[in-house]
Amino acid sequence: MTLPGPPVTGPIQGKFPDGLIFTNVDMVLNWARKSSLWPMTFGLACCAIEMMAAGGTRFDWDRFGMIPRATPRQSDLMIVAGTVTLKMATRLKRLYEQMPEPKYVLSMGSCANNGGPYWRQGYHVLKGVDEIIPVDVYVPGCPPRPEALLYGVMKLQEMIMEDRVLRRRQPTLGSLKGAKMAPEAVK
Amino acid sequence: MTPQEIHAALQARFGEAVLSFDEKALQPWALIQPDKIAEVAAFAKAEPALAFDNLMCLSGVDWPKETPPRLDVVYHLYSYKHDHTFVLKVQLPRDNPRVPTVEGTWGVANWHEREAFDLFGIVFDGHSDLRRILLPDDWQGHPLRKDWEDPELYNGMRVKPTPQMAERYAAGEKIGVGPFDFTPPNLPLEQS
Repeated sequence: MTLPGPPVTGPIQGKFPDGLIFTNVDMVLNWARKSSLWPMTFGLACCAIEMMAAGGTRFDWDRFGMIPRATPRQSDLMIVAGTVTLKMATRLKRLYEQMPEPKYVLSMGSCANNGGPYWRQGYHVLKGVDEIIPVDVYVPGCPPRPEALLYGVMKLQEMIMEDRVLRRRQPTLGSLKGAKMAPEAVK
Repeated sequence: MTPQEIHAALQARFGEAVLSFDEKALQPWALIQPDKIAEVAAFAKAEPALAFDNLMCLSGVDWPKETPPRLDVVYHLYSYKHDHTFVLKVQLPRDNPRVPTVEGTWGVANWHEREAFDLFGIVFDGHSDLRRILLPDDWQGHPLRKDWEDPELYNGMRVKPTPQMAERYAAGEKIGVGPFDFTPPNLPLEQS
C-alpha cells in the first residue's frame, strides 16, 4: 500500500516495524477521552426520562462510548438532568468533587441552566447549576429532546479535541466557567 | 353511609365538639374543635358503622386574610370497608398553631404531619418524631405560608432570581421555558 505524500526517507526509514503510527500526544489523549465519556447517572427530574431515552436503543449513546456509571469515582462526565433543589445542591457539589480529573459537566434542561420554571417562585430550587459547579455545555429545552442531548455531547467532544493536555497555560476544560454552546445553534 | 349520617353519628358521640357541618360542598366536611380531633379520629376509625380505616390526606391551609388569621388542617378520611369518605377540618390560630396528633389512629399521619409542620409550621402535639421531612434540616421558616419571602441566600446559594433573569423580567420579556429560551450562564456570586 502506498501512502499519499512524499516518500519517507531519512534516518528513520526502515527502522520501525509495520503498524507503528506517529501522532501527537494531544491527539491521542483527547481522542481517548472523547471516545469513552462515562457519564454519571444524575437524573433528577423529567429530563432524566429524556436522558434515559438517549441511552436506549433508539438514540443509543453507546455509539459515543458512553456507559452510565453509578459512582462518581468511575465517571468523566456529569449530566445534570433536571431540577436541582437546594437540598440536592450540596450533594451534587460533593459528588462533583469526588469525580477524578479530567471531569466535564453538561447541564441539561432549563432547570439546570437557570432555574427554568422555578426562576422566580421556587424557594427550594437552585437558580442554575453553574452557581455551584463549572459547566462546560448547556443544553436548553424543557426537557431537551435526546437529539439535543446528543448534540450537546458532540459539542463537548469537539471541545475535548481542542484541549491541550501537556500545556498548562490555560485552565483545563473542566474548570472553565461559561457557556460553550451557542444558543442559536439549537434553533 | 351518607355524609349526613356520618355527621349525625359524630354529633351524637361528641356533641358540641362538632362545631359545624357543610353538606353542600363537593366533599362534605365537619369542623371539629381542635383539642378533640384525636378522640374524633379514634372514634371514626373504631366505630364499626364508620370504620374510617384510611387517612387519605392530611393538608394544611393558610388563611392570612381571615379574621382572625388562621391555619386549617384538613383530614380526608376513607373507609375501605364501607366505601365512603368524609372530611374533618380544624381551625387553628395563626400565631400559635397547635393541634393534637392523629398518629396514634392512622400511622400514615406521621409523615403527613411532618410535612404540614415542615411547610406550614403547624405543631402536632404528641407526635413521635416532629422534624422536617422535605426541606433541609437547617432551613429557616415555613415556605408555604402566604407571607413567606425568599431569603437572599441559603448556605451561600442564591434563592432569589438571578440578576440575568431579573433584568430580562424587568425589561418586560415574557420568560418561558424550552429550547428557545436560553439565558447566558449565571455570573459568579462575587461579580453580580
